[in-house]
Amino acid sequence: MLELRDLVCRYGKVTAVKGLSLKVERGQLVALIGTNGAGKTTTLKAISGLLPPSGGSIWFDGVDITRASARKILSLGIAQCPEGRHVFPYMTVTENLEMGCYLRTDKQEIAADFERMFEQFPRLAERRLQPAGTLSGGEQQMLAIARALMSRPKLMLFDEPSLGLAPNFVERTFDIITNIRANGTTVLMVEQNALAALEMCDHAYLLESGSLALSGSGAELIDNPHVRSAYLAG
Amino acid sequence: MSRFLPWLLVVLLASVPFWMTDYYVLHIMITTCIFIIAAMSLNLLLGYTGQLSLGHVAFFGIGAYTSALLSLGFQVNVFNVPFGVTPKPVWFAMLMAVIVAGFTGWAIGKLAFRVRGAYFVIVSISFAEVVRMVAVNWVELTQGPMALNNIPALTLGTGEFELSFLRKPSFYSLALAVAVISYIIIARIVNSRAGRAMNALRENESLAMSVGIDVTRYLVIATIVSAAMAGMAGALYTHYIRIVDPDVFLFIYTVTMVIMVITGGKGTLAGPIVGGVIFGFVPEALRAMAIKPEIQWIIYGVLMILIVYFLPRGIVPAIERFWAGQKPGDDEAARSVPGALQK
Repeated sequence: MLELRDLVCRYGKVTAVKGLSLKVERGQLVALIGTNGAGKTTTLKAISGLLPPSGGSIWFDGVDITRASARKILSLGIAQCPEGRHVFPYMTVTENLEMGCYLRTDKQEIAADFERMFEQFPRLAERRLQPAGTLSGGEQQMLAIARALMSRPKLMLFDEPSLGLAPNFVERTFDIITNIRANGTTVLMVEQNALAALEMCDHAYLLESGSLALSGSGAELIDNPHVRSAYLAG
Repeated sequence: MSRFLPWLLVVLLASVPFWMTDYYVLHIMITTCIFIIAAMSLNLLLGYTGQLSLGHVAFFGIGAYTSALLSLGFQVNVFNVPFGVTPKPVWFAMLMAVIVAGFTGWAIGKLAFRVRGAYFVIVSISFAEVVRMVAVNWVELTQGPMALNNIPALTLGTGEFELSFLRKPSFYSLALAVAVISYIIIARIVNSRAGRAMNALRENESLAMSVGIDVTRYLVIATIVSAAMAGMAGALYTHYIRIVDPDVFLFIYTVTMVIMVITGGKGTLAGPIVGGVIFGFVPEALRAMAIKPEIQWIIYGVLMILIVYFLPRGIVPAIERFWAGQKPGDDEAARSVPGALQK
């Protein structure tokens, strides 16, 4: 479904991703793990069109999206739930969700999706007229996820979904992501919480300073001695 | 009722020339009206897309000069090639003023939105200064500081049906009509998909991009509309005052517009109007009270500081909040926004 071939990304003179190749198959939940600065977020930005790659190519459903605009990529079916619970703080919950389906024109379907989101996230339904900036961190994360889902993506990108959340919300968030995959949406997730990510994913890639260090099923990586010592703390 | 109220206000304002016989008051109302149009155009950029253009007066001045030059006609040599324009009808000159200002806005938008924030502010200031220097120094075209004189007033139709906008009551109606149309245009934009896109990019640009908004496109659209509207205000000014010199490009006019927008409430439809009325009338009211000029400006300054200090988001949002039963300045949303989002 999604394929990166020798992806290279640079910020000025610094090369953040050095020739990364990976594949995400339809229906999978794929995790991208690694330390800070390994190039995980950069990879996601390149996929979603926010950062034009310096080399290599990105393919989605057989289409070359390497140089496509963020708008085009979203309309092809890749939505991103960015790092740090990004919401539009002065817009209400409902308006935030409306922004999520900015490119859609099917009004009735949108209305149905609104109902579905409010059913799935009752907290958001209670606060639908509140500015998003007044929600708690966990609620903002729910909103960011719901907003990304409003574009009806085929592939969802999650950037550090558990970062900075209260423990009960961390678990909740991972449940939601598992659910999204169960409902047929493919997921590519960047996560620092390596154990949780490896336990829930079908396939995982380990990035180390911009290059692919290891890949395999979640279980394989958990059993790998290098991963155990460096990422799972024994 | 609340839908009906603004129109009642427009009708009331439209009736002014029928009972107001004091031409001095009418004059102030006209200049205030022109300033409000300019402030509304600035608000589209500053309030709705969050871009501070400190060169906004350039578009106003370009509109003023374009309209003046086309209605007077001119003859210049560009690299020894003579180029001349015969005097054109005033309505045509004004239309061209809007188009030329809008086009300039497009060019500046394309150029300046590669840089954002502080850089955009600097580009816009420099642009206004450059245009002013051209107006001062290209004497052949603009008469420089000697100014363009005897600019014709707007007339529509001919013979018996001629409508002249030379006298104050008729010109007031024209300015009011333009202001109402400008307001409607901005309201339409703001409440449309484009308006929501602008709102989104002001709040969080990278997020706006990731939900599929073509950020640069909407910034450029906003700049074009904003510049064209400021150009219209400039054209109105030209054919009202009927003399135009490089002082129309003075920085203080941009500052005045910014003050009107900020005190009234940026990002609100009524903000620039409220701000414009206050800062259009206050200096005149103080003068009418025969207060010494230096005291006038002190009062003006203190008033401004008080408004910004006590109503940081402007008068209109404060009134809205008051209506909704909240304390002014109580801004829950702003306070609980995570630090990472406050740029």
